[in-house]
Amino acid sequence: MKRLFFAMTTAFLLVICGPANAAGKLSIYHWFEYIPQELLDKFSAEHDIEVTMDTYDSNEALLAALKGGRIGEYDVAVPGDYMVEIMSAEGLLDTIAEGELRNMGNIEPQWADVAFDPGRKHSIPYQWGSTSFTVNREMYSGDIRTTSILFDPPPELSGKINMLDSQGEVLALASLHLGIEQCSGDKEKLKALNALLQNAKPHWASFISDGAKDVLVSGEAAVGMIWNGFSAKARSENASLEYSYPKEGYLAWMDNVVLLKDAPNRDNALLFMDFLLEPENSAAVTNFAQYTSGVTGTYELLDAELKASPELNPPADAPSGTFVAVCDQATQELYDAIWTNLKK
Amino acid sequence: MTGTSTGVFSGLRNWLLLPSWLVIGVLVLSPVFIMLVYSFLTKEFRGGVIWDFTLAAYDQFFLDRGLFGDEPPKMEWTYINIFWRSIWQALLATLLCLLIGFPTAYFIATRPPSARTVWLFMVTVPYWVNLLIRTVSMKFLIRDNGPVNEWLLATGMISEPIHLINTPIAVQLGLFYSYLPFMVLPVYAAMERYSFSLSEAAADLYASKWFTLWHIVIPSVRPGIIAGCILVFIPSMGAFLAPDLLGGARNFMIGSLIEEQFKGTAGNWPFGAAASMILLSAVLLVLLYYTHYQSKTGIAKN
Repeated sequence: MKRLFFAMTTAFLLVICGPANAAGKLSIYHWFEYIPQELLDKFSAEHDIEVTMDTYDSNEALLAALKGGRIGEYDVAVPGDYMVEIMSAEGLLDTIAEGELRNMGNIEPQWADVAFDPGRKHSIPYQWGSTSFTVNREMYSGDIRTTSILFDPPPELSGKINMLDSQGEVLALASLHLGIEQCSGDKEKLKALNALLQNAKPHWASFISDGAKDVLVSGEAAVGMIWNGFSAKARSENASLEYSYPKEGYLAWMDNVVLLKDAPNRDNALLFMDFLLEPENSAAVTNFAQYTSGVTGTYELLDAELKASPELNPPADAPSGTFVAVCDQATQELYDAIWTNLKK
Repeated sequence: MTGTSTGVFSGLRNWLLLPSWLVIGVLVLSPVFIMLVYSFLTKEFRGGVIWDFTLAAYDQFFLDRGLFGDEPPKMEWTYINIFWRSIWQALLATLLCLLIGFPTAYFIATRPPSARTVWLFMVTVPYWVNLLIRTVSMKFLIRDNGPVNEWLLATGMISEPIHLINTPIAVQLGLFYSYLPFMVLPVYAAMERYSFSLSEAAADLYASKWFTLWHIVIPSVRPGIIAGCILVFIPSMGAFLAPDLLGGARNFMIGSLIEEQFKGTAGNWPFGAAASMILLSAVLLVLLYYTHYQSKTGIAKN
């Protein structure tokens, strides 16, 4: 009996502690609902690699999990632009050496070298898009191409506005509205930013992120801060919704596949990154998520509806999007205080 | 009880208690201790702690040095107000649960025994569904163009939809609905042990119904009422689903303030730990006061 127990325990331990870097495995840490299962199956079949995936729901949750000891468990993750910079500074990323990715040349020129990862040493583009707001045109017919709709709304929209419950995006858009730079340490500018938010809050009904689409579709909110792809999905359920590209500016973001430090299957991670840089595969993600790929040659492969989508095609006179900046510790504490002050 | 030599399990007593002590020690005391230590450490930028002891987290909680930290320290009301909002909200929810839960428990306890099981079953059935789903359903029910408003409009009882969603009333409704059984069940348990012949005796002696309720029924079931109040009050105070989903997350509650320190942009673990410790101390004081008061009245009665 004892011997049987011993044998079983050993077998069990062998199963759970099996060689972690066995060839033929890939461990992905990804956003929820952001990659079609068929695409993972295709990669599995092409390379005979067993793919496992865990998911997270915010950039901060990703950082907290990796810093909390899960680094070394995953091969790749998909952080947003500013989080690539933070993770790199925290030493959580591995470097992709010159020539290790054979499809590196497929990256669109505008994304080949980016401020959040100079020289693309750790990351490749996944999807990008914009953050702005959407208006229900049945409830408001005036000019919507201004951030005043959010921060100094006309009386008929007051109390019918939903904001994203996201400190970085709300404060960055408010800074664009005031025309001040992000991460400013200037007292007068920060006081103005604080005052703007305090005055705008009475006009805001709610701070909802995951239901940002739903409140617009249902008519609960007449105006809602939202991401462009999410807004496109909202429009397919309620035709009177219109996404705005305000003249003061709007936010841009890009999610990126990064090579994690201590990746147990580094070679397979590189294979996966090359796989995602194939136009055909990148287009499959775009057709699923409805944002925009950063890979050349995907446009022809997109669904016709997506090609014509107003959310993905800014008007010709729209300014280009602004990325959320990463502040140093002292400045970040001021922005944290302003946010707490807003929600106190 | 201690040192009895007649029991079947005598001698094994300490061993049999070991699992409970392990559970309490490992799952209750050590996390609280870790939290206590963390609340006195220095925060690391973007989450984590540095092992330097400081009172910074408590300073941030109680003292306001202005946005830029260069003004003379004043009393900081921001966090106290957040706590007070949560406490006030929990008190209201408890009162509401008591007002509805007490008559419900009374009603069930006065049914024939076979029917009681059915009624109790009906009270608990909705709670087989996840709290999140129930709260979201409540949101769908009460929004401006939801079924409740549409029905009231259709029957002509109102001419304008009642605006409930994203108001404190919606939060109250959500908390009340979430925690009602926590009130009904303990009150019912106490009421079941109450001998209704006492009520009959009171009636025979010409006590009015209100007098009987106030001076005989309620004192007899008071432990059940107090247990119910504690069971509703404590989770309501830490609740963040109802305030976020039904109240629109416009204001921090204790729960969401602490969550933000660990999962949000702020990443201020010591402050989150300090806020948790202050909350824990406040709840502990209330409970201590209650047990003190209980034992005092118990002695007075004897």
